[in-house]
Amino acid sequence: MTESHPSDEKPNDGGCKAPHVAHHFDSAQQQYDSAKLGMWIFLLTEVLFFSGLFCFYAVYRANNPQVFVDGHHFLNTPLGAFNTVVLIFSSLTMALAVRAAQLDRNRSVVCLLAVTILCGLTFMVVKGVEYKQKWDHHMVPGQTRIAHWFSDENTQSPPKKFQPDVQYVREHLEEAGHADLDDEELAQRIDNLRSYMGIYFALTGLHALHVIIGVGVLCVVLIMAIRGRFGSHRFTPVDMTGLYWHLVDLIWIYVFPLLYLIP
Amino acid sequence: MNNSSPSPQSASSGSDAALAHVVDIRVLLGVFAVLMVLTTITVSVSYFDFGALNLFVAISVATMKAALVALYFMHLRYDNLFYAFVLLVGVAFLGLFLSITMLDSVEYHPGVEAWQERTQ
Amino acid sequence: MNKPLQSKSTTGSYLIDPPGLKSWLFTLDHKRIGLMFLVLVSMALALGAFFALLIRTELTLPGPTIVSEPSTYNRLFTLHGAVMIFLFVIPVIPATFGNFALPMMLGARDVAFPRLNLASLYFYVIGLVFFLLVLIFGGIDTGWTFYPPYSTSTVTPVILAVVGAFILGFSSIFTGINFLVTIHTMRPTGMGWFRMPLFLWGLYGTAVIQVLATPVLAITLLLLAAERLLGIGIFDPKMGGDPILFQHFFWFYSHPAVYIMILPAMGVISEVVSVFSRKHIFGYKFIAYSSLAIALLGFLVWGHHMFTSGQSQLVGMIFSALTFTVAIPSAIKVFNWLATMYKGSIGLAPPMCFALNFIFLFGIGGLTGLFLGSLATDIHVHDTSFVVAHFHYTMAGGVLMAFLAGLYYWWPKMTGRMYNLVWGQVSAWMILIGFNLTYFPQFIIGSRGMPRRYYDYTRLLEVNPEFTFYQIISTVGGFTLVGGLVLVAFILLRSLFVGAKAPDNPWGSGTLEWQCNSPAPHENTPAPDDVGDCYDYNDLEFDEQTKGYVMKQ
Ligand SMILES: [Cu+2]
Repeated sequence: MTESHPSDEKPNDGGCKAPHVAHHFDSAQQQYDSAKLGMWIFLLTEVLFFSGLFCFYAVYRANNPQVFVDGHHFLNTPLGAFNTVVLIFSSLTMALAVRAAQLDRNRSVVCLLAVTILCGLTFMVVKGVEYKQKWDHHMVPGQTRIAHWFSDENTQSPPKKFQPDVQYVREHLEEAGHADLDDEELAQRIDNLRSYMGIYFALTGLHALHVIIGVGVLCVVLIMAIRGRFGSHRFTPVDMTGLYWHLVDLIWIYVFPLLYLIP
Repeated sequence: MNNSSPSPQSASSGSDAALAHVVDIRVLLGVFAVLMVLTTITVSVSYFDFGALNLFVAISVATMKAALVALYFMHLRYDNLFYAFVLLVGVAFLGLFLSITMLDSVEYHPGVEAWQERTQ
Repeated sequence: MNKPLQSKSTTGSYLIDPPGLKSWLFTLDHKRIGLMFLVLVSMALALGAFFALLIRTELTLPGPTIVSEPSTYNRLFTLHGAVMIFLFVIPVIPATFGNFALPMMLGARDVAFPRLNLASLYFYVIGLVFFLLVLIFGGIDTGWTFYPPYSTSTVTPVILAVVGAFILGFSSIFTGINFLVTIHTMRPTGMGWFRMPLFLWGLYGTAVIQVLATPVLAITLLLLAAERLLGIGIFDPKMGGDPILFQHFFWFYSHPAVYIMILPAMGVISEVVSVFSRKHIFGYKFIAYSSLAIALLGFLVWGHHMFTSGQSQLVGMIFSALTFTVAIPSAIKVFNWLATMYKGSIGLAPPMCFALNFIFLFGIGGLTGLFLGSLATDIHVHDTSFVVAHFHYTMAGGVLMAFLAGLYYWWPKMTGRMYNLVWGQVSAWMILIGFNLTYFPQFIIGSRGMPRRYYDYTRLLEVNPEFTFYQIISTVGGFTLVGGLVLVAFILLRSLFVGAKAPDNPWGSGTLEWQCNSPAPHENTPAPDDVGDCYDYNDLEFDEQTKGYVMKQ
């Protein structure tokens, strides 16, 4: 290189740069590739973030199989299956939204994003119903504490203790074919149940948090779509949010059978 | 590594070339249908007891579903291979973490149980 | 050697262009973010060093010295460890010199995600605030490792510290993502992977660990907080949990984390050793690949922190064997640095003095690690001050020395001022002597049974009356070491006011960041079309007029 560099704002620019390309990138393609690689590395960190919970699950399952046999009777498989379908369907609409953005079909993008958000909300409502059932039977870890934080009663009085409902547990286990449990066995079962609910709430709770964050981000993207910010050359936010949403789906695809299906 | 990573400063495309592959709508709908079929299978299979195979079946079906989501919905099939590599590295390290931790805990657990018996 | 750029950027120094406080607080410029990180990590270093001096003072004489309660001492060493690890050694080199130099070394205008980079700075600040809150609420006493069941039952504010570390983890992940993507997609056309400066290979390996390991720490801390608040039954044996599981979770991150600390340090040393030997780096590819090898092997050895914790014998043996393999890539680097210096024309400017300190001290630290990695000897020296001495030789003798080497090396480019070189050499000697006086005695008393984390060793004197002597030496050394650090700060701050204007390339380096003005201009200089060999110094000669290196005519 013998010629002197023009020392203007964009020295490396071969030609004109599209206005949405940030000043530190040379081309829209470089910007898009960077965003995508960054997103994939972020998804990698998400996988490893969840790895702790899968490890928790695996270690407990290997050492205390009975905990899982007992525990999974208390989950509602039809609701879990329904949520699986909802989430996979939302993944489809998300993928279609990305496609629509790539093809410059802005109205479709708006509709598909809205459907995706609705699916996410449906998932959360169903999850809420399940959590409510657990709460009513006093099976949420730390329920005594949580109830205490949110009670408006005089804090001086000793907090109400939440113990799993013995009668409920007994009936439920009998329904599942574990009849004639004596008191000692039943106490053991209740202990198991407590451990199981720890794993259940840790896994589904963290996943639900990701769904909530996903819905939040999707809402932002939806507003951008309504304002007509996307097009065949500038759909990165839709694409990246899509990748995140699919990962949330992907994790649920594993969580669902591990918790709801295999005893 | 040089070949599989997104090329540095990829040929500056004008504003006409597409940034990424557009997936055929029939492929997306087809993948969704297969995912639904697999979900039905895994749920209905769970009502039968295959003993130790239960876990294997559930994980295999889940992995098939996950692969479909990753390959088609997440475009891995059409994208630079390096992204798939990144995801696989994540899975590999999850496996490493899980397997060694499990190996250890399964090894020392009998000792813990024996101790609990003794102290009861 | 890179071809010279005929004309330089016309924008003003990044320090004053654009002007104003607001332009600093919301800056997206990687150089400014790097400089702000430098200020913040230096404050963290000062805080950590303050706790270190309190610990040393307490240990000087047997019996309670300045601390009357054992629990106060527990808080002191916990805060020293937590502040030094989470706020200093983990972020220090990537966040300061990495941010400052990485885009310039690539000839890029910035990192790939400048906003994420700024977020990383603010997450660091939030984490710092959380640690200050911990201090205000009386400090924590769990040790920096937060082991349950103690951490789930102690009354000290563990949750605050855990949340602080969680947030700092995000800061670290953001830096990692940014560096990986920048190196992948923003290298100039002419710079293949093996034309990159070795500092970038160090940062690349670091970033790989940051994104692979830090999420596991995040989930571990989250679960610990959940266990403490709600009792989900994962780590606390009272709830049916497993405390050894916590140690697996924790060390899956925290062993690789020592390579988050040391890999960028090794990158700095690779640059400095070659530049100040005026000789091409020896075994470029070996150094580059060994960075990756360390990053990956570092994930296979975490159990060596758990040899005495109740980990099974089988896994203990596997981890012990694997631990020895990590020594190989580290040794490869050391041998390559020595071979680079061999027959070089070595100039002992302050950066090189600290690089030599690094090689010497890190050598001792690495070799004593082998005792700890083998199962049988580890049982003997476990939880003694031998361990303390070992990891300070690697962390302080390694990372701190590399930080100071890098600080003296890039200071002219960061600030545009030259400091007093002679006093810089004095500070290197002072730190070297102070360091060895502090920690070498700890190897000796540790191998004779001085436990770590004891605030009073009176009862040990019956068998080992010589402990007091060694502890006094260690304390004298500690104050010398901190005195050396104060001297460094004084030399550098003084240069801002009375230092000569720095030439563009004071050391004769071949990497791209030295081709622009000092201090670096606001707009980075783009890379030339063909990027040459950055370790070829044949085309550079010293110019008496500017006191810097210029291209040969
Ligand atoms: Cu280690």
